[in-house]
Amino acid sequence: MTQQHKAIALISGGLDSMLAVRVLQEQGVEVEGINFYTGFCVEGHTHAIRNQDKEKQKRNNALWVAEQLGIKLHIVDVIQEYKDVLLNPKHGYGANMNPCLDCKIFMVNKAVQWVKDNQKDGFDFIITGEVVGQRPMSQRKQTMPIVAEESGADDILLRPLCAKNLPETKPEIEGWVDREKLHDFSGRSRKPQMALAEKYGFTDYASPAGGCCFLTDKNYSDKLVDLWEGRGSREYEMDDIMLLKVGRHLRPKGSYKLIIARDAGESQHLEGYRKQYSSIQAISHNGPLALIDGDIADKDRAHAASIVARYGQGRDADEVEMTVTIPGQTTETLKITPLSSDQVLEEWHV
Amino acid sequence: MSRHELDARRMLCPMPVIKTQNKIKELAVGDILDVICTDPGALSDIPTWSRINGHEVIETAEKEGEIIITLEVKA
Repeated sequence: MTQQHKAIALISGGLDSMLAVRVLQEQGVEVEGINFYTGFCVEGHTHAIRNQDKEKQKRNNALWVAEQLGIKLHIVDVIQEYKDVLLNPKHGYGANMNPCLDCKIFMVNKAVQWVKDNQKDGFDFIITGEVVGQRPMSQRKQTMPIVAEESGADDILLRPLCAKNLPETKPEIEGWVDREKLHDFSGRSRKPQMALAEKYGFTDYASPAGGCCFLTDKNYSDKLVDLWEGRGSREYEMDDIMLLKVGRHLRPKGSYKLIIARDAGESQHLEGYRKQYSSIQAISHNGPLALIDGDIADKDRAHAASIVARYGQGRDADEVEMTVTIPGQTTETLKITPLSSDQVLEEWHV
Repeated sequence: MSRHELDARRMLCPMPVIKTQNKIKELAVGDILDVICTDPGALSDIPTWSRINGHEVIETAEKEGEIIITLEVKA
C-alpha cells in the first residue's frame, strides 16, 4: 500500500469490534470509531444506580475500547430514529424484542451516511466486528449480504474477523487491505477471538452475556411489552426505557404500574422523576420510593400504597402512614395496612 | 475565548458525553465549557472522551450532588 486509507469502525464496546480495528491498524489503515446510542445499550452506569453495584467500575465500554486502540470515537444519539427499527422491524424479532438484523442494517446505514456527511475526512470504507455464525439472527452466512445490501454499504463493508469466509470487498480488491492478513472466524465459539485478544495484549475487555443490548434480555423485553399493553400503544420515550431498567415493576391493574425502588440507590434515582410521575412513599417508617406509571383512580390509591408499604420497614406494622403525591396537586397522606406477602399476587409482577 | 455552560443534570451516560461532544462542535479553540451533571459515570466518561478527542479537562468538582467538569476546547 502506498497511500494510507481510512475506515470508520462500528464500535459496540465489545471485543469483536475492538479486534477488527486492531487487525486493520496492523495493516496501516487509519481508523476512527462510531458508536450509536439507541437507549437500549447495556451500560455499567445504569446498573450502578443500585447500591450493590456502586463499587463496580464505571466506564463506557465504547470509550474505553477507543482509548485502548488510540482512535477517535464519535458517539451518535439515534434514540428517536431507532424507534422505527424497534417498532417495525422488516426482518422481525429474535428470541425477545431484539430486532438484531434490522438494527445492524440501520447502524451500517448510519455509518454510510456518516461517511457521506463527512467527506472532508476521507473515509474509504466501513468495518464491523461481525463474525459469520456468531449470532443466530444478524450474523449468519445468509444475512451478512443482506446487511451489506440493505444498508447501502455494498462492497465498502468489510468484516476483518471473517472476511475470508465472504466474497471480496472493495478494500480487498483495490489492495487497500491485504485479504491474506484478514481472518476466517466462524461460529459461536469465542476461542479465536480470545486467542487474538491475547496476542494483542487486550485484557479487561467487556463481555456482557447476551451482547450489548437490553432488548436481548427476556425480563427487559417482557417489561417493554407490558408497557405497551398498559398504554394501548407501542410508543415510548427515553424516560420509559430508562425506567424499565430500574426497580421492581408491579401492575396491580391494567391502568397503572408501580415502579418500586429496590434500595436507597434506586430511590435516589427515582427521586429525579417525581415532577413527572405520581409517587408513593412511607413517612412513618423507612421505605422505598415508588413511582406510578399510568392513571391511578382515587379509589385505588390506598391499595397501591399498601403494596408499596409491603417493601418497607413497616411491612409487619398494623398501620403505616404513606404519602401519595400527584404532580401539581396536594400531597395526600394515607394510613394503610401493608399487604402480606401472599396478598401481593404473582401475576402483578412484570 | 468565552465560557459556556452545559446542563446535563439527570442524564445518564453516555448522554452527558454526547451533549458535550455536540456542544464542543459549536465552540472555538480556547473556549471553556462547564458541564454540570449528576451521573457519577460522567467523571470517567467525559475525561476519557476528552483524552481520545484531544480536548483538556482542566477541573472537576463535586458539589451538593452535582458534578462540574470544566473543559478547554483544543484544536
